[in-house]
Amino acid sequence: MNDASFQLKGSAVSIVVIELYQFSVDSFAEQLGQKVRQAPQFFQQSPVVISLEKLTEDQPVDFTALLDICREFHLQPMALRAVPEHLVAAARETHLALIPATQRNDTELETPQAEPASSDTQPEVVVKKIVEERLVRRPTKVITRPVRSGQQVYSDGDLVVMAQVSAGAEVLADGDIHIYGTLRGRALAGVQGDTNAKIFCQNLSAELIAIAGNFILSDSLQEKCWQDAAYISLEEDSLQVQPLS
Amino acid sequence: MAKIIVVTSGKGGVGKTTTSAAMGTGLALQGFKTVVIDFDVGLRNLDLIMGCERRVVYDFVNVIKQEANLNQALIKDKRTENLYVLPASQTRDKDALTQEGVEAVLNELSETFDYIICDSPAGIEKGAQMALYFADVAIVTTNPEVSSVRDSDRILGILQSKSRRAERGEVVEEHLLLTRYNPSRVEAGEMLSVADVEDILAIPLLGVIPESEAVLKASNAGVPVILDAESDAGQAYDDAVQRLLGKELEHRFLQVPKKGFFQRILGGR
Repeated sequence: MNDASFQLKGSAVSIVVIELYQFSVDSFAEQLGQKVRQAPQFFQQSPVVISLEKLTEDQPVDFTALLDICREFHLQPMALRAVPEHLVAAARETHLALIPATQRNDTELETPQAEPASSDTQPEVVVKKIVEERLVRRPTKVITRPVRSGQQVYSDGDLVVMAQVSAGAEVLADGDIHIYGTLRGRALAGVQGDTNAKIFCQNLSAELIAIAGNFILSDSLQEKCWQDAAYISLEEDSLQVQPLS
Repeated sequence: MAKIIVVTSGKGGVGKTTTSAAMGTGLALQGFKTVVIDFDVGLRNLDLIMGCERRVVYDFVNVIKQEANLNQALIKDKRTENLYVLPASQTRDKDALTQEGVEAVLNELSETFDYIICDSPAGIEKGAQMALYFADVAIVTTNPEVSSVRDSDRILGILQSKSRRAERGEVVEEHLLLTRYNPSRVEAGEMLSVADVEDILAIPLLGVIPESEAVLKASNAGVPVILDAESDAGQAYDDAVQRLLGKELEHRFLQVPKKGFFQRILGGR
Protein backbone atom coordinates (compact mmCIF):
# COMPACT_ATOMS: atom_id res chain seq x y z
CA MET A 1 0.00 0.00 0.00
CA ASN A 2 2.92 2.35 -0.53
CA ASP A 3 1.87 3.52 -4.00
CA ALA A 4 -0.16 6.47 -2.72
CA SER A 5 0.84 9.61 -4.60
CA PHE A 6 -0.20 11.99 -1.88
CA GLN A 7 -1.73 12.50 1.45
CA LEU A 8 -4.16 15.21 2.37
CA LYS A 9 -3.22 17.22 5.38
CA GLY A 10 -4.48 20.28 7.14
CA SER A 11 -1.89 22.88 7.98
CA ALA A 12 -1.94 26.38 9.34
CA VAL A 13 0.60 28.80 7.97
CA SER A 14 1.11 32.40 8.85
CA ILE A 15 0.73 34.79 6.03
CA VAL A 16 0.85 38.51 5.40
CA VAL A 17 -2.60 39.99 5.26
CA ILE A 18 -3.25 43.36 3.63
CA GLU A 19 -6.23 44.68 5.42
CA LEU A 20 -7.85 47.20 3.12
CA TYR A 21 -9.74 50.16 4.54
CA GLN A 22 -10.28 51.98 1.28
CA PHE A 23 -8.86 51.76 -2.21
CA SER A 24 -7.55 54.41 -4.50
CA VAL A 25 -4.79 53.51 -6.93
CA ASP A 26 -2.42 56.34 -6.07
CA SER A 27 -2.49 56.30 -2.28
CA PHE A 28 -2.42 52.49 -2.14
CA ALA A 29 0.61 52.32 -4.43
CA GLU A 30 2.39 54.98 -2.44
CA GLN A 31 1.72 53.51 0.99
CA LEU A 32 2.54 49.96 -0.06
CA GLY A 33 5.74 51.24 -1.66
CA GLN A 34 6.75 52.79 1.67
CA LYS A 35 6.17 49.56 3.59
CA VAL A 36 8.07 47.50 1.07
CA ARG A 37 11.02 49.85 1.11
CA GLN A 38 11.27 49.42 4.88
CA ALA A 39 11.88 45.70 4.50
CA PRO A 40 12.35 44.71 0.91
CA GLN A 41 13.45 41.20 1.76
CA PHE A 42 10.51 40.55 3.97
CA PHE A 43 8.14 41.21 1.11
CA GLN A 44 10.20 39.52 -1.59
CA GLN A 45 7.82 37.10 -3.38
CA SER A 46 5.76 37.04 -0.26
CA PRO A 47 2.32 35.45 -0.54
CA VAL A 48 -0.40 37.80 0.68
CA VAL A 49 -4.07 37.64 1.41
CA ILE A 50 -6.13 40.74 0.81
CA SER A 51 -8.77 41.16 3.42
CA LEU A 52 -11.81 43.31 2.81
CA GLU A 53 -13.20 42.84 6.27
CA LYS A 54 -12.51 46.40 7.36
CA LEU A 55 -13.39 47.99 4.04
CA THR A 56 -15.53 51.09 4.39
CA GLU A 57 -19.02 50.16 3.31
CA ASP A 58 -20.00 50.19 -0.36
CA GLN A 59 -16.57 51.20 -1.55
CA PRO A 60 -15.86 50.10 -5.07
CA VAL A 61 -12.59 48.26 -5.50
CA ASP A 62 -10.72 47.93 -8.75
CA PHE A 63 -9.32 44.44 -8.22
CA THR A 64 -7.24 44.44 -11.40
CA ALA A 65 -5.42 47.60 -10.36
CA LEU A 66 -5.05 46.37 -6.81
CA LEU A 67 -3.47 43.09 -7.80
CA ASP A 68 -1.21 44.78 -10.36
CA ILE A 69 0.20 47.11 -7.73
CA CYS A 70 0.84 44.20 -5.38
CA ARG A 71 2.67 42.24 -8.05
CA GLU A 72 4.66 45.30 -8.95
CA PHE A 73 6.10 45.23 -5.45
CA HIS A 74 6.86 41.51 -5.79
CA LEU A 75 4.00 40.34 -3.63
CA GLN A 76 1.99 37.30 -4.61
CA PRO A 77 -1.72 37.74 -3.91
CA MET A 78 -3.20 34.37 -3.09
CA ALA A 79 -6.69 35.03 -1.95
CA LEU A 80 -9.33 37.58 -1.10
CA ARG A 81 -10.85 37.38 2.30
CA ALA A 82 -14.28 38.50 3.47
CA VAL A 83 -15.42 39.92 0.16
CA PRO A 84 -18.61 41.98 0.65
CA GLU A 85 -21.65 40.97 -1.32
CA HIS A 86 -21.55 43.75 -3.90
CA LEU A 87 -17.95 42.92 -4.83
CA VAL A 88 -18.26 39.16 -5.12
CA ALA A 89 -18.86 39.18 -8.87
CA ALA A 90 -15.85 41.39 -9.50
CA ALA A 91 -13.74 39.32 -7.11
CA ARG A 92 -14.50 36.13 -9.02
CA GLU A 93 -13.02 37.70 -12.15
CA THR A 94 -9.60 37.74 -10.45
CA HIS A 95 -9.59 33.92 -10.25
CA LEU A 96 -8.14 34.16 -6.75
CA ALA A 97 -9.47 32.07 -3.93
CA LEU A 98 -12.24 33.68 -1.92
CA ILE A 99 -12.09 32.88 1.76
CA PRO A 100 -14.58 33.77 4.44
CA ALA A 101 -13.93 36.13 7.32
CA THR A 102 -12.06 34.67 10.26
CA GLN A 103 -13.16 34.58 13.82
CA ARG A 104 -9.67 34.61 15.22
CA ASN A 105 -8.02 37.85 16.13
CA ASP A 106 -5.03 38.57 14.00
CA THR A 107 -1.88 39.91 15.47
CA GLU A 108 -0.54 43.04 13.99
CA LEU A 109 2.52 42.11 12.06
CA GLU A 110 5.68 43.98 12.79
CA THR A 111 7.71 44.41 9.71
CA PRO A 112 11.37 43.78 10.35
CA GLN A 113 13.66 46.74 9.92
CA ALA A 114 15.37 47.15 6.59
CA GLU A 115 18.72 45.50 6.29
CA PRO A 116 21.41 46.62 3.93
CA ALA A 117 20.36 45.03 0.72
CA SER A 118 22.63 42.27 -0.43
CA SER A 119 21.56 40.12 -3.27
CA ASP A 120 22.87 36.80 -2.03
CA THR A 121 21.03 36.69 1.29
CA GLN A 122 18.11 34.35 1.23
CA PRO A 123 14.68 35.80 1.69
CA GLU A 124 13.51 35.34 5.23
CA VAL A 125 11.12 32.56 5.85
CA VAL A 126 7.82 34.05 6.79
CA VAL A 127 5.80 30.90 6.86
CA LYS A 128 5.53 29.55 10.32
CA LYS A 129 3.04 27.57 12.25
CA ILE A 130 0.70 29.84 14.07
CA VAL A 131 -1.66 27.37 15.57
CA GLU A 132 0.55 25.60 18.02
CA GLU A 133 -1.15 23.11 20.19
CA ARG A 134 -1.46 24.92 23.46
CA LEU A 135 -0.44 22.62 26.22
CA VAL A 136 -2.84 23.39 29.01
CA ARG A 137 -1.39 22.36 32.36
CA ARG A 138 -3.99 20.79 34.53
CA PRO A 139 -3.69 21.56 38.23
CA THR A 140 -2.23 18.91 40.51
CA LYS A 141 -4.68 17.36 42.96
CA VAL A 142 -3.28 17.03 46.46
CA ILE A 143 -4.83 14.62 48.98
CA THR A 144 -3.68 14.97 52.58
CA ARG A 145 -5.77 12.28 54.26
CA PRO A 146 -5.51 8.52 53.78
CA VAL A 147 -7.34 7.10 50.79
CA ARG A 148 -9.31 4.30 52.42
CA SER A 149 -10.54 0.96 51.13
CA GLY A 150 -13.42 1.48 48.71
CA GLN A 151 -12.51 5.08 47.95
CA GLN A 152 -11.46 6.27 44.53
CA VAL A 153 -9.54 9.44 43.78
CA TYR A 154 -9.06 10.78 40.27
CA SER A 155 -7.07 13.74 39.01
CA ASP A 156 -7.13 15.01 35.44
CA GLY A 157 -3.61 16.29 36.02
CA ASP A 158 -1.03 14.93 38.44
CA LEU A 159 -2.03 13.43 41.76
CA VAL A 160 -0.18 13.78 45.05
CA VAL A 161 -1.28 11.73 48.06
CA MET A 162 0.46 12.81 51.26
CA ALA A 163 -0.84 9.81 53.22
CA GLN A 164 -1.36 6.12 52.65
CA VAL A 165 -3.48 4.45 50.00
CA SER A 166 -5.17 1.49 51.68
CA ALA A 167 -5.75 -1.93 50.21
CA GLY A 168 -8.95 -1.83 48.19
CA ALA A 169 -8.55 1.88 47.41
CA GLU A 170 -7.88 3.20 43.94
CA VAL A 171 -5.99 6.31 42.83
CA LEU A 172 -6.08 7.39 39.18
CA ALA A 173 -4.56 10.27 37.25
CA ASP A 174 -4.16 11.44 33.69
CA GLY A 175 -0.64 12.43 34.68
CA ASP A 176 1.82 11.24 37.31
CA ILE A 177 0.99 9.87 40.76
CA HIS A 178 3.09 10.58 43.86
CA ILE A 179 2.31 8.79 47.11
CA TYR A 180 4.14 9.87 50.25
CA GLY A 181 2.80 7.00 52.30
CA THR A 182 2.37 3.28 51.87
CA LEU A 183 0.70 2.29 48.62
CA ARG A 184 -1.33 -0.84 49.38
CA GLY A 185 -4.16 -0.24 46.93
CA ARG A 186 -4.23 0.34 43.19
CA ALA A 187 -2.50 3.16 41.36
CA LEU A 188 -3.26 3.91 37.72
CA ALA A 189 -1.32 6.72 36.03
CA GLY A 190 -1.75 8.02 32.49
CA VAL A 191 -5.29 6.72 32.32
CA GLN A 192 -5.97 8.76 29.18
CA GLY A 193 -3.08 7.03 27.49
CA ASP A 194 -0.06 9.12 28.46
CA THR A 195 2.78 6.62 28.21
CA ASN A 196 5.18 9.07 29.87
CA ALA A 197 3.21 9.03 33.11
CA LYS A 198 5.02 7.70 36.17
CA ILE A 199 4.17 6.50 39.65
CA PHE A 200 6.32 7.38 42.67
CA CYS A 201 5.75 5.93 46.11
CA GLN A 202 7.48 5.75 49.48
CA ASN A 203 6.46 2.18 50.13
CA LEU A 204 5.48 -0.09 47.28
CA SER A 205 2.95 -2.64 48.57
CA ALA A 206 0.45 -2.18 45.77
CA GLU A 207 -2.29 -4.54 44.63
CA LEU A 208 -1.99 -3.24 41.11
CA ILE A 209 0.07 -0.70 39.21
CA ALA A 210 -0.90 0.56 35.78
CA ILE A 211 0.45 3.12 33.34
CA ALA A 212 -1.48 3.93 30.17
CA GLY A 213 -3.37 0.66 30.38
CA ASN A 214 -0.33 -1.57 30.99
CA PHE A 215 -0.65 -3.15 34.40
CA ILE A 216 1.10 -5.48 36.81
CA LEU A 217 -0.30 -7.20 39.87
CA SER A 218 1.30 -7.48 43.28
CA ASP A 219 2.56 -10.99 42.58
CA SER A 220 4.84 -9.67 39.86
CA LEU A 221 5.92 -6.73 42.00
CA GLN A 222 7.48 -8.79 44.79
CA GLU A 223 10.94 -9.13 43.24
CA LYS A 224 11.96 -5.50 43.11
CA CYS A 225 11.63 -2.69 45.66
CA TRP A 226 8.73 -4.43 47.41
CA GLN A 227 7.80 -2.43 50.51
CA ASP A 228 10.43 0.06 49.54
CA ALA A 229 10.58 3.47 47.91
CA ALA A 230 10.22 3.06 44.15
CA TYR A 231 9.13 4.65 40.93
CA ILE A 232 7.47 2.92 38.05
CA SER A 233 7.64 3.96 34.42
CA LEU A 234 6.65 2.52 31.08
CA GLU A 235 9.51 1.48 28.81
CA GLU A 236 8.51 -0.03 25.50
CA ASP A 237 5.18 -1.41 26.71
CA SER A 238 6.57 -2.95 29.86
CA LEU A 239 6.45 -1.48 33.33
CA GLN A 240 9.83 -0.89 34.98
CA VAL A 241 10.22 -0.65 38.74
CA GLN A 242 13.21 1.34 39.90
CA PRO A 243 14.41 2.22 43.39
CA LEU A 244 13.89 5.81 44.49
CA SER A 245 17.23 7.00 45.70
CA MET B 1 -23.91 20.63 73.24
CA ALA B 2 -23.33 16.94 73.55
CA LYS B 3 -20.46 15.18 71.91
CA ILE B 4 -21.74 12.53 69.51
CA ILE B 5 -19.63 9.36 69.47
CA VAL B 6 -20.25 6.54 67.01
CA VAL B 7 -19.02 3.05 67.80
CA THR B 8 -18.58 1.42 64.43
CA SER B 9 -16.58 -1.29 62.64
CA GLY B 10 -18.01 -2.39 59.32
CA LYS B 11 -17.67 -6.02 60.31
CA GLY B 12 -20.11 -7.70 62.63
CA GLY B 13 -19.37 -9.51 65.87
CA VAL B 14 -16.23 -7.57 66.73
CA GLY B 15 -17.59 -6.02 69.92
CA LYS B 16 -19.41 -2.81 68.99
CA THR B 17 -22.29 -3.26 71.39
CA THR B 18 -20.02 -4.46 74.20
CA THR B 19 -17.87 -1.39 73.60
CA SER B 20 -20.86 0.98 73.45
CA ALA B 21 -22.16 -0.35 76.75
CA ALA B 22 -18.74 -0.22 78.40
CA MET B 23 -17.75 3.22 77.14
CA GLY B 24 -21.18 4.65 77.93
CA THR B 25 -21.06 3.28 81.45
CA GLY B 26 -17.46 4.48 81.85
CA LEU B 27 -18.33 8.05 80.82
CA ALA B 28 -21.35 8.06 83.14
CA LEU B 29 -19.16 6.84 86.01
CA GLN B 30 -16.93 9.84 85.35
CA GLY B 31 -19.96 12.06 85.99
CA PHE B 32 -20.99 12.82 82.42
CA LYS B 33 -24.65 12.52 81.53
CA THR B 34 -24.55 9.87 78.83
CA VAL B 35 -27.06 8.18 76.55
CA VAL B 36 -26.37 5.09 74.46
CA ILE B 37 -28.54 4.72 71.34
CA ASP B 38 -29.03 1.37 69.65
CA PHE B 39 -29.06 1.95 65.87
CA ASP B 40 -29.36 -1.75 65.09
CA VAL B 41 -33.07 -1.60 64.26
CA GLY B 42 -34.48 -5.08 63.89
CA LEU B 43 -31.58 -6.73 65.75
CA ARG B 44 -31.90 -5.12 69.15
CA ASN B 45 -29.03 -6.17 71.43
CA LEU B 46 -27.87 -3.21 73.47
CA ASP B 47 -30.68 -3.56 75.99
CA LEU B 48 -29.58 -7.15 76.68
CA ILE B 49 -25.94 -6.23 77.17
CA MET B 50 -26.96 -3.41 79.49
CA GLY B 51 -29.51 -5.50 81.31
CA CYS B 52 -32.57 -3.38 80.69
CA GLU B 53 -34.43 -5.56 78.20
CA ARG B 54 -37.44 -6.03 80.44
CA ARG B 55 -37.98 -2.30 80.76
CA VAL B 56 -38.30 -1.49 77.06
CA VAL B 57 -41.69 0.05 76.31
CA TYR B 58 -41.07 2.61 73.59
CA ASP B 59 -38.06 2.68 71.31
CA PHE B 60 -35.94 4.85 69.01
CA VAL B 61 -38.26 4.32 66.01
CA ASN B 62 -41.32 5.30 68.06
CA VAL B 63 -39.60 8.58 68.89
CA ILE B 64 -38.60 9.18 65.27
CA LYS B 65 -42.18 8.55 64.16
CA GLN B 66 -43.39 10.78 67.01
CA GLU B 67 -45.45 7.97 68.49
CA ALA B 68 -43.73 8.58 71.80
CA ASN B 69 -41.65 11.37 73.27
CA LEU B 70 -38.03 10.99 74.29
CA ASN B 71 -38.68 10.81 78.01
CA GLN B 72 -41.02 7.88 77.50
CA ALA B 73 -38.46 5.96 75.46
CA LEU B 74 -35.29 6.70 77.45
CA ILE B 75 -34.46 3.99 79.95
CA LYS B 76 -32.56 5.13 83.03
CA ASP B 77 -29.87 2.66 84.04
CA LYS B 78 -30.47 1.17 87.48
CA ARG B 79 -26.82 0.64 88.40
CA THR B 80 -25.13 3.71 87.08
CA GLU B 81 -26.11 7.28 87.70
CA ASN B 82 -26.22 9.60 84.63
CA LEU B 83 -26.64 6.68 82.21
CA TYR B 84 -29.56 6.24 79.82
CA VAL B 85 -30.36 3.81 77.04
CA LEU B 86 -32.44 4.48 73.93
CA PRO B 87 -33.30 1.01 72.62
CA ALA B 88 -33.83 0.03 69.01
CA SER B 89 -37.07 -1.31 67.63
CA GLN B 90 -37.08 -5.06 67.17
CA THR B 91 -40.06 -5.17 64.82
CA ARG B 92 -38.98 -2.61 62.20
CA ASP B 93 -36.08 -2.43 59.78
CA LYS B 94 -33.41 0.15 59.02
CA ASP B 95 -35.66 2.07 56.61
CA ALA B 96 -37.52 3.38 59.65
CA LEU B 97 -34.47 5.56 60.32
CA THR B 98 -34.77 8.86 58.47
CA GLN B 99 -32.05 11.46 58.50
CA GLU B 100 -34.44 14.20 59.64
CA GLY B 101 -35.90 11.96 62.34
CA VAL B 102 -32.46 10.95 63.68
CA GLU B 103 -31.30 14.55 63.59
CA ALA B 104 -34.33 15.74 65.56
CA VAL B 105 -33.75 13.09 68.25
CA LEU B 106 -30.03 13.88 68.48
CA ASN B 107 -30.73 17.60 68.70
CA GLU B 108 -33.16 17.09 71.54
CA LEU B 109 -30.73 14.81 73.38
CA SER B 110 -27.92 17.30 72.82
CA GLU B 111 -29.67 19.85 74.98
CA THR B 112 -29.42 17.80 78.16
CA PHE B 113 -26.69 15.18 77.64
CA ASP B 114 -22.88 15.45 77.63
CA TYR B 115 -22.24 12.37 75.51
CA ILE B 116 -24.39 10.56 72.97
CA ILE B 117 -23.04 7.15 72.00
CA CYS B 118 -24.40 5.68 68.78
CA ASP B 119 -24.09 1.90 68.67
CA SER B 120 -23.83 1.21 64.94
CA PRO B 121 -25.11 -1.93 63.24
CA ALA B 122 -22.64 -3.95 61.18
CA GLY B 123 -22.25 -3.27 57.47
CA ILE B 124 -22.02 -0.06 55.50
CA GLU B 125 -25.68 0.32 54.55
CA LYS B 126 -28.32 2.69 55.75
CA GLY B 127 -28.31 1.76 59.45
CA ALA B 128 -24.54 2.15 59.74
CA GLN B 129 -24.55 5.36 57.69
CA MET B 130 -27.29 6.85 59.89
CA ALA B 131 -25.34 5.95 63.02
CA LEU B 132 -22.15 7.64 61.82
CA TYR B 133 -23.63 10.60 59.90
CA PHE B 134 -23.91 13.00 62.84
CA ALA B 135 -20.79 11.81 64.70
CA ASP B 136 -18.10 14.14 66.04
CA VAL B 137 -15.97 11.24 67.23
CA ALA B 138 -15.66 7.68 65.95
CA ILE B 139 -14.48 4.69 67.93
CA VAL B 140 -13.54 2.13 65.30
CA THR B 141 -13.77 -1.31 66.88
CA THR B 142 -11.47 -3.79 65.22
CA ASN B 143 -10.36 -7.38 65.83
CA PRO B 144 -6.72 -8.21 65.12
CA GLU B 145 -7.61 -10.08 61.97
CA VAL B 146 -7.26 -9.06 58.30
CA SER B 147 -10.92 -8.96 57.26
CA SER B 148 -11.91 -6.91 60.29
CA VAL B 149 -9.06 -4.46 59.61
CA ARG B 150 -10.07 -4.14 55.96
CA ASP B 151 -13.69 -3.41 56.92
CA SER B 152 -12.57 -0.84 59.48
CA ASP B 153 -10.53 0.87 56.77
CA ARG B 154 -13.64 0.96 54.61
CA ILE B 155 -15.76 2.47 57.37
CA LEU B 156 -13.06 5.11 58.01
CA GLY B 157 -13.34 6.10 54.36
CA ILE B 158 -17.11 6.45 54.68
CA LEU B 159 -16.71 8.47 57.89
CA GLN B 160 -14.47 10.98 56.19
CA SER B 161 -16.56 11.25 53.04
CA LYS B 162 -20.22 10.73 53.93
CA SER B 163 -20.62 12.11 57.44
CA ARG B 164 -22.06 15.51 58.21
CA ARG B 165 -18.64 16.75 59.29
CA ALA B 166 -17.10 15.56 56.02
CA GLU B 167 -19.81 17.38 54.06
CA ARG B 168 -18.93 20.53 55.96
CA GLY B 169 -15.22 20.05 55.24
CA GLU B 170 -14.48 19.10 58.84
CA VAL B 171 -12.80 15.97 60.15
CA VAL B 172 -14.35 13.28 62.35
CA GLU B 173 -12.03 12.47 65.27
CA GLU B 174 -10.93 8.85 64.83
CA HIS B 175 -9.96 6.34 67.52
CA LEU B 176 -8.93 2.74 67.13
CA LEU B 177 -10.13 0.25 69.72
CA LEU B 178 -8.61 -3.16 69.26
CA THR B 179 -10.77 -5.84 70.85
CA ARG B 180 -10.34 -9.59 71.45
CA TYR B 181 -6.60 -9.17 71.55
CA ASN B 182 -4.72 -12.30 72.50
CA PRO B 183 -0.99 -11.66 73.09
CA SER B 184 -0.02 -15.34 73.06
CA ARG B 185 -1.67 -15.88 69.68
CA VAL B 186 0.09 -12.75 68.41
CA GLU B 187 3.37 -14.19 69.63
CA ALA B 188 2.59 -17.43 67.81
CA GLY B 189 2.00 -15.43 64.64
CA GLU B 190 -1.68 -16.39 64.47
CA MET B 191 -2.99 -12.91 65.06
CA LEU B 192 -2.11 -9.43 63.83
CA SER B 193 -0.17 -7.40 66.36
CA VAL B 194 -1.15 -3.95 67.61
CA ALA B 195 1.67 -2.50 65.48
CA ASP B 196 0.37 -4.26 62.34
CA VAL B 197 -3.13 -2.89 62.79
CA GLU B 198 -1.88 0.61 63.64
CA ASP B 199 0.32 0.54 60.56
CA ILE B 200 -2.56 -0.41 58.26
CA LEU B 201 -5.22 1.89 59.69
CA ALA B 202 -2.96 4.79 60.66
CA ILE B 203 -5.25 6.23 63.34
CA PRO B 204 -4.51 6.82 67.04
CA LEU B 205 -4.96 3.86 69.36
CA LEU B 206 -7.59 4.40 72.06
CA GLY B 207 -7.17 1.03 73.72
CA VAL B 208 -6.55 -2.66 73.46
CA ILE B 209 -9.15 -4.94 75.04
CA PRO B 210 -7.73 -8.40 75.74
CA GLU B 211 -9.73 -11.47 74.79
CA SER B 212 -11.36 -12.36 78.06
CA GLU B 213 -13.89 -14.74 79.55
CA ALA B 214 -15.17 -11.80 81.57
CA VAL B 215 -16.68 -10.24 78.42
CA LEU B 216 -18.94 -13.18 77.63
CA LYS B 217 -19.85 -13.56 81.28
CA ALA B 218 -20.75 -9.87 81.54
CA SER B 219 -22.80 -9.94 78.34
CA ASN B 220 -24.84 -12.90 79.50
CA ALA B 221 -25.41 -11.27 82.86
CA GLY B 222 -26.43 -7.98 81.28
CA VAL B 223 -23.75 -6.04 83.14
CA PRO B 224 -21.36 -3.85 81.13
CA VAL B 225 -17.92 -5.44 81.49
CA ILE B 226 -16.37 -2.16 82.64
CA LEU B 227 -18.21 -2.67 85.95
CA ASP B 228 -16.15 -5.84 86.50
CA ALA B 229 -13.16 -3.95 87.85
CA GLU B 230 -11.33 -7.19 88.63
CA SER B 231 -11.21 -8.30 85.01
CA ASP B 232 -8.50 -7.29 82.54
CA ALA B 233 -11.15 -6.37 79.92
CA GLY B 234 -12.94 -4.14 82.42
CA GLN B 235 -9.69 -2.38 83.33
CA ALA B 236 -8.77 -2.00 79.67
CA TYR B 237 -12.13 -0.33 78.93
CA ASP B 238 -11.63 1.94 81.91
CA ASP B 239 -8.24 2.99 80.49
CA ALA B 240 -9.88 3.66 77.11
CA VAL B 241 -12.48 5.94 78.72
CA GLN B 242 -9.68 7.87 80.47
CA ARG B 243 -7.81 8.26 77.19
CA LEU B 244 -10.96 9.43 75.42
CA LEU B 245 -11.19 12.15 78.07
CA GLY B 246 -7.64 13.20 77.29
CA LYS B 247 -5.53 11.32 79.84
CA GLU B 248 -2.29 9.73 78.68
CA LEU B 249 -2.01 6.18 79.91
CA GLU B 250 0.31 3.44 78.85
CA HIS B 251 -1.33 0.56 77.00
CA ARG B 252 -1.70 -2.57 79.10
CA PHE B 253 -2.34 -6.24 78.40
CA LEU B 254 -0.15 -6.30 75.29
CA GLN B 255 2.24 -8.94 76.61
CA VAL B 256 1.69 -12.60 77.42
CA PRO B 257 1.06 -12.71 81.18
CA LYS B 258 3.93 -14.34 83.05
CA LYS B 259 2.96 -17.54 84.74
CA GLY B 260 3.16 -17.52 88.49
CA PHE B 261 5.25 -19.99 90.51
CA PHE B 262 2.36 -22.27 91.40
CA GLN B 263 0.92 -22.16 87.91
CA ARG B 264 4.25 -23.34 86.53
CA ILE B 265 4.55 -26.13 89.10
CA LEU B 266 0.97 -27.26 88.68
CA GLY B 267 0.92 -26.75 84.89
CA GLY B 268 -2.15 -24.50 85.03
CA ARG B 269 -3.07 -22.36 82.10
